[in-house]
Amino acid sequence: MSEHIVPVKVYLGIFLALLVGTALTVLAAFVDFPWRLNTIVALTIASVKATLVVLYFMHVRYSPRLVWVIVASALFWMGILFAFTFSDYFTRNWLSIGY
Amino acid sequence: MQPIESFEVPAPPKVNYINAQYGLKSWLLTKDHKRIALLYLASITFFFFIGGLYAMMIRLELLTPQGDLLQSTTYNKVFTQHGIIMIFFFLIPSIPATLGNFLIPMMIGAKDLAFPRINLLSWYIYLLGGIVTIYALLAGGVDTGWTFYTPFSTTFSNSYVVATGLGIFINGFSSILTGLNFIVTIHTMRAPGMTWFRMPLFLWSLYATSLIFILGTPVIAITILLMAFERLAGVGIFNPALGGDPVLFQHLFWFYSHPAVYIMVLPSMGVISELIANFSRKNIFGYSFVAFSSLAIAVFGFLVWGHHLFVASQSVYAGMIFSFLSFAVAIPSAIKVFNWTATLYKSSISYDTPMLYALGFIGLFTIGGMTGLFLASLALDVHLSDTYFVVAHFHYIMVGGALMGYLGGLHYWWPKISGRMYPEGWGRFSALVIFVGFNLTFLPQFIAGYLGMPRRYHAYPPEFQVFNVLSTAGASILGFGMLIPAIYFVWSMRYGRVAEANPWHLPGLEWRTQSPPPTENFEVTPIVTWEAYEFAPPEETEVVGKFGPEPERI
Amino acid sequence: MIESHATTQDIHGHPALQHHFENMEQQREAGTIGMWVFLVTELMFFGGMFLAYALYRNLYPAAFASASNHLDIVLGAVNTGVLIVSSFTMAMAVYFTQVGNRRPQIVCLVLTLILGLTFLGIKAVEYHDKYTDHLIPGRLIPSAPFGPAVQEEGQPLDHHKLHLLPGATLRQVEMFYWIYFAMTGMHALHMIIGAGLLTFLILYSIKGRFDPEYHSPVEIIGLYWHFVDIVWIFLFPLLYLLGRHFEHG
Repeated sequence: MSEHIVPVKVYLGIFLALLVGTALTVLAAFVDFPWRLNTIVALTIASVKATLVVLYFMHVRYSPRLVWVIVASALFWMGILFAFTFSDYFTRNWLSIGY
Repeated sequence: MQPIESFEVPAPPKVNYINAQYGLKSWLLTKDHKRIALLYLASITFFFFIGGLYAMMIRLELLTPQGDLLQSTTYNKVFTQHGIIMIFFFLIPSIPATLGNFLIPMMIGAKDLAFPRINLLSWYIYLLGGIVTIYALLAGGVDTGWTFYTPFSTTFSNSYVVATGLGIFINGFSSILTGLNFIVTIHTMRAPGMTWFRMPLFLWSLYATSLIFILGTPVIAITILLMAFERLAGVGIFNPALGGDPVLFQHLFWFYSHPAVYIMVLPSMGVISELIANFSRKNIFGYSFVAFSSLAIAVFGFLVWGHHLFVASQSVYAGMIFSFLSFAVAIPSAIKVFNWTATLYKSSISYDTPMLYALGFIGLFTIGGMTGLFLASLALDVHLSDTYFVVAHFHYIMVGGALMGYLGGLHYWWPKISGRMYPEGWGRFSALVIFVGFNLTFLPQFIAGYLGMPRRYHAYPPEFQVFNVLSTAGASILGFGMLIPAIYFVWSMRYGRVAEANPWHLPGLEWRTQSPPPTENFEVTPIVTWEAYEFAPPEETEVVGKFGPEPERI
Repeated sequence: MIESHATTQDIHGHPALQHHFENMEQQREAGTIGMWVFLVTELMFFGGMFLAYALYRNLYPAAFASASNHLDIVLGAVNTGVLIVSSFTMAMAVYFTQVGNRRPQIVCLVLTLILGLTFLGIKAVEYHDKYTDHLIPGRLIPSAPFGPAVQEEGQPLDHHKLHLLPGATLRQVEMFYWIYFAMTGMHALHMIIGAGLLTFLILYSIKGRFDPEYHSPVEIIGLYWHFVDIVWIFLFPLLYLLGRHFEHG
């Protein structure tokens, strides 16, 4: 069997990192960052946590290339949905021709 | 265990997948992908007739400028239901669930799809979705247009929006499971030697279609749920009076529904690749270009949905981006048309029924595609939006394109599926009748639309009557033309000429097993050493293809 | 890497080998890829709701912050912790199955299930709180339409009353709440399905159906469980934390 067995130490490490990340994001929420940084900080911490879960708990780090392609495509497609819809909403005010 | 390396197939034993087991339970609880394909064939044909009845009512109403046959609210229900049934319950499952289910394992040399029970489940889910939708139609119908635009659908319509939405939502799972099955099967179950670039182009198209199933369908699912939530709870998700944005609904709806049209046409293009190559006895010109074009259509198809929102108060800058990309998405389709045409050049064409449908496809799809470019131009779209020009455009693709491919494929693989030949003379006759009837139905609609006749109206100004009369006449011919295959296919199952394993004398892997195939498809697992459309006898080409005998995996 | 053709050993191979696969490796790979493809559909499904959230939050920032501050941050954070621990126990369950330790495998699966049910219980408490505060959007519950009490200036602090930041209206706050219920409700539904799947896994594990050679159901359901955890990892800050930096006291 070509299955990779992740050592328990790694799982423990990731688990602790996730708990730390959660504590961090709660603490950071109460700090008033300038501009939109609160959102960016929160999303960054969440993305890091999600990446750790994907790579280690879901074994993507040790998976064949096809799985990487699937994960990347999924994220890219979400990106398309967001980016192109935002391209409508965030440019509506650029031209004052009635709406 | 000898690998199959020649065109000779051993004399078929009497047992095949149809007579292997008898009884209703053996069909309703089957795990055999071929039986499931036939279950789908029966159900989508049923829904096609229902959708066709609605079409007949539309065309009868539009014979006269007055709204005299149906009330306007009834007419709204009729065109809505025509769209919903035809799109969700006929076109989207048609080729993938029938021909795809039947042929994918055979074309890659496998015994079944990766998940046979999920395959059967997907048919039952399709039926459940269909039953819920039919209940909604019988209970009173839905009148919002198949596009369910808010806030009419969520706030003002007094019809069975939620029930119909539920039926479509359920049906979506059927699509998702089918797409999932196809993707996993093509990645993991190809026979030894069947590399990606030895696969028939039909499989590339179905793979691309499956990508769209997976990436697009969930978005329409959540859209329908949110629409139902708004209707039931009275919140303002898409209702401007309550703080919502109706254009958000349109964004979410079309994010799926535009790629959905590629779901409907890509498999048909795949069939056409098979028909063109095989009935002109020539390797497809530019195999990799056609293969990558299928993927390109699937990807680009996700980037253009905003062209349905050009006149819906979408930002004009977003409109420019979507317009440009809508032009770009035509390119891979055009590449395919050029490659098919180049394949035909200096080839040995036989004008059997499947080839007639393929040639019809090329012409009609080209017209449909080019009229799409008119609609992709921002300024022209302002004039043409919501007119019969749009209706004619998409019917050229859906009927002139997708349906022709489906019929062509059905005729082509009928001997493999049923073990019988259809009557060739009647086949050619009905193909021509369908072609004439189709063009007479929809060509006048381009003109009527360009001159300003709006769509979804049951009454119209009298100057458009001549076009509508021509269109209805064409629709009658088209309907008659489509009845003929329905009759002779059924007739052929009992009285048709018995087909041998390879009645067309072709090199495809599916022709190297008996007609109809045994339940496990092949007597022995084939080892593939030849390219996709190799027409020269094996002893005159190199035995080992340039990718070598080792199967390649991604 | 698969063999070039089926051998007789594989035909009479592992009892869990299905007839249409050549060998266990192919079957395992198909199952894993299948679950990943399914998770793509789940991501796109939730993605639509995240999009709606992003757009309306951008449109009504004050209302969203006010409504978010009214959510119970302690319960939300505890739930986040609960799910993270459950992800850990799920990963450990897969580990023990891979090395063939049945008892710790079953213990870990049971722990995962208990933690999942804990999450749902806390969620139920939160939903009930919303019900008593009249925060269920629209007429979803006809007997309790949306109509929360608003905290007035100068009045003693009442945690059941909504404190509106400047610029926020109740209609916009209602927007937040339908998004909140749609997203957490859909997430909870997936947790319930996950709990059901875990129950099956536990029963099959007790019966000894899994071994180091065949355990792909454990792996595959593990992938599903981790995905549901990831959705919550994003939901928590976006729903519970976005307005906290506006809180003063």
